[in-house]
Parts: sequence; C-alpha cells; structure tokens
Amino acid sequence: MAESAAVEFRIDRRSGVATYLQIVQQTKQALRLGVLEPGDRLPTAREVVEATAINPNTVLKAYRELEREGLVEARRGLGTFVRRTLGSAAVTTDPPLRAELAEWTRRARAAGLDKDDVSALFTDVLDSTFKGDPHS
Amino acid sequence: MTGAAIEANGLGMAYGRRRGRALSDCSFRLPAGRICALVGPNGAGKSTLLALAAGLLRPTEGSVRVLGSTPAEARARIAYVAQDKPLYPQLTVADTLWAGAELNPATWDRAAADRVAGPLPQDAKVRTLSGGQRTRLALALALGKRPELMLLDEPMADLDPLVRHQLMGVLMAEVAEHGTTIVMSSHILTELEGACDYLLLVEGGRVRLGGESEDILAAHAVLTGQVRDLAPHTVVESRTTGRQLTALVRKEGPLDDTAWDVTEPSLEELLLAHLRSPEAPALLTPSARARAREEVVAA
Repeated sequence: MAESAAVEFRIDRRSGVATYLQIVQQTKQALRLGVLEPGDRLPTAREVVEATAINPNTVLKAYRELEREGLVEARRGLGTFVRRTLGSAAVTTDPPLRAELAEWTRRARAAGLDKDDVSALFTDVLDSTFKGDPHS
Repeated sequence: MTGAAIEANGLGMAYGRRRGRALSDCSFRLPAGRICALVGPNGAGKSTLLALAAGLLRPTEGSVRVLGSTPAEARARIAYVAQDKPLYPQLTVADTLWAGAELNPATWDRAAADRVAGPLPQDAKVRTLSGGQRTRLALALALGKRPELMLLDEPMADLDPLVRHQLMGVLMAEVAEHGTTIVMSSHILTELEGACDYLLLVEGGRVRLGGESEDILAAHAVLTGQVRDLAPHTVVESRTTGRQLTALVRKEGPLDDTAWDVTEPSLEELLLAHLRSPEAPALLTPSARARAREEVVAA
C-alpha cells in the first residue's frame, strides 16, 4: 500500500448535511487551511468506509464532485490526489484583509454589538455580497 | 453491474393454514452491488423473505431468483446469516473457522474471516460465547466465504455500538473492494441509515417502498402551511393543528413553494409516516420493479 492518506473524515449523521457533502466540505476546509497540499493522496473509499461505516458509493460521489470542481484527480489504480489548493493564499497570506476585518470587528464591539450580533451582521453582508454565486 | 441480485415475482409464503401468510404477492427487484436496508415492523415478513432468497424455504406461490439462478443453484455464491446465528455449539471458534475454510475451498478468504473473528478466544466452545461474540463468528464465516450476495437477518441486534460500528465498517469495506450486494434487515432504521443506498419497506407481507433511498426520499416532501387542498399530490400522512397543516406527500408534479414551506423528509420520517398510514399506495422506483415473467424467460 502507498503511504498513508493525509486526512481522515468525520461523519456526523445528526448534522442534517448530506454525508457526501460533509466529505466535500471537509476536503475543501483542509485545502483552505493547507492541511492538504497538491500531490497528497485522499483516503481510498475502502479506508473511509472501514473507519466511518458509511456507504462506499457516498465516498465515490464526494470524490466525483471534487474532481468535477478540478480540486482532485483520480489516478487509475493509485488513488485520488489533490491537484490544487483552494483560496488559501488570501486566507493565510493576506494579512491586510485579515487586519481590516479585525479592525472592523473591534469597532463593532465598541459600538455595543455582542458576538452573535456581529456574526449575524457579517453573515448577512456575506450572503448579499455572494448572492447568486454557485455554491454559496 | 446491471444484473439483479434478487428478483421476486408474485412471491408468497404461507406457514400452514392457521398462521396465515407471511408474504403474499411480493414482487420487486434488487440490482446487484447495492446495500439494501430491509425494514418493516415485527412480523412483516422480513425473515421469511431472506430465508426464501437463501433457498432455506420454498415459496408456496410465485418465484424468487437470486444472482440470475434459483436460490439452490446460487447457494455457493450466497452467505446467509439467520437471526438466531445457527452455529455448532460443541465446536470451538478455531474449529468453526476451519470448517468454514473446508466447506468453501474455492473462495475462502482467511484474512477477511480473521479481521472479524480475530478478537474471539480461538479455543472457546461456541456454546460459551456471548450473543455478540456469536454474531461476530457468524459474520466471519459469511465474509470468509467471499459471497456475491450477503443476506443478513438483524445482524447487529446484539452488538454494542462500538462493535456495531466496527463490523459495519468491515462490511462496507468488503463492498468497496468486491462489489458485494448486501441485504440487511432491521427494525432500527438509524442503524442502517448512512450505510444503505437501497430500501425495501415490507409490511403485511408486501413491499410498500422499494428503490434507491435517495430517489425514494426525493419523491416525497414535507409541506407545512395553511390548511388547504393538497391535490394533486398523494397524501401519505397529514396533521392539522389550528390553522396549520403539516403533510408528508408523494409529489405528483411541481410543488407550489409560495403556498407551502417545503422540506425533504428524513428516511425515518418517511418510514414512520408510511407505517402509520397503511392505505398509502406502494412506490417502487423503476430499478426496483420486477420484470414480467415472460420478459425474464426471454432475457
């Protein structure tokens, strides 16, 4: 067997999010955070289902979705490999954006908003800004 | 994988005159390569259906074909684990596994059997094992046989949650690797949700729902809104509280989402709604419909 996979998935059956989508989201999150890098191998369907007791077709469906988005590629007989990272450049290496958001958050707090208020306001702006985009 | 793992046509089973029919006019098809949850209340006919497919019972009406042949002809390619896990009480664990290897010389997969039976005390007699250990041994035999079709009657009932999760993982890994078809009966649905991609709901000896779980779910909707006519949709179950109506319907055309708050039901909601409403019509997706007998002969 090749070297071990770079991540493992956690499936929450009570979350209400479709199982295949949980795998897609966790992979993307790992890509954003740099936990997964180009060339890394995703666990095989067998490895995932043995650990999580979910249906193998669910794993394959998730991998097909990731492949469709160009994030991973299946290499026959070898496994599924990461092709590119996901927006991590801006998230981790763009301090100005982060600093602006931190400054804005401080101002919101000073204006008397609590954490939930800030979160609701941010989500609202986020939703209206990205409205109409696919996958938003 | 286009073949049928199981195909039942007008299948019926009566255990003598007094007890009535365990199954009647049961027709469905299970495509190969699926993991199928066989669900239904106690006494619905689940065990009878599995025993008929395994060739342990002979139907009193209709027919069942398994992996393209009769259950008797397919026996070497089927593993059946009955609810009471029949094993030889005087044999040790090691003897039982040895017998499994001897009886299935062509296909025996020792590694697969050991993955499941590994934690058992090898020298212990079967009669001294706990219910959960017996289940482990029975599943080890079934997996070691490397069957094309596994028929498991309430396989997880006496296992603790940890072992249940582990053994379900082993079963799923088997499917991932070999494309094995699995039918698992249970009346605890949560045990199967997530693992199964096909559903057979049996009640009163008949199939009430059959097909890909996703498609069956997508065919239904939960509607919440003001009390009004639900036509043209088929109402499985509805409840009125004051001015509010909540209904689980089978969609017959587009839903008016300006009038209703529309959500997809969970598998559990869907099954419970059907069990509470015996008059709701049966639904079989195209892949779950048995072909007419003439077509089977022609094909």
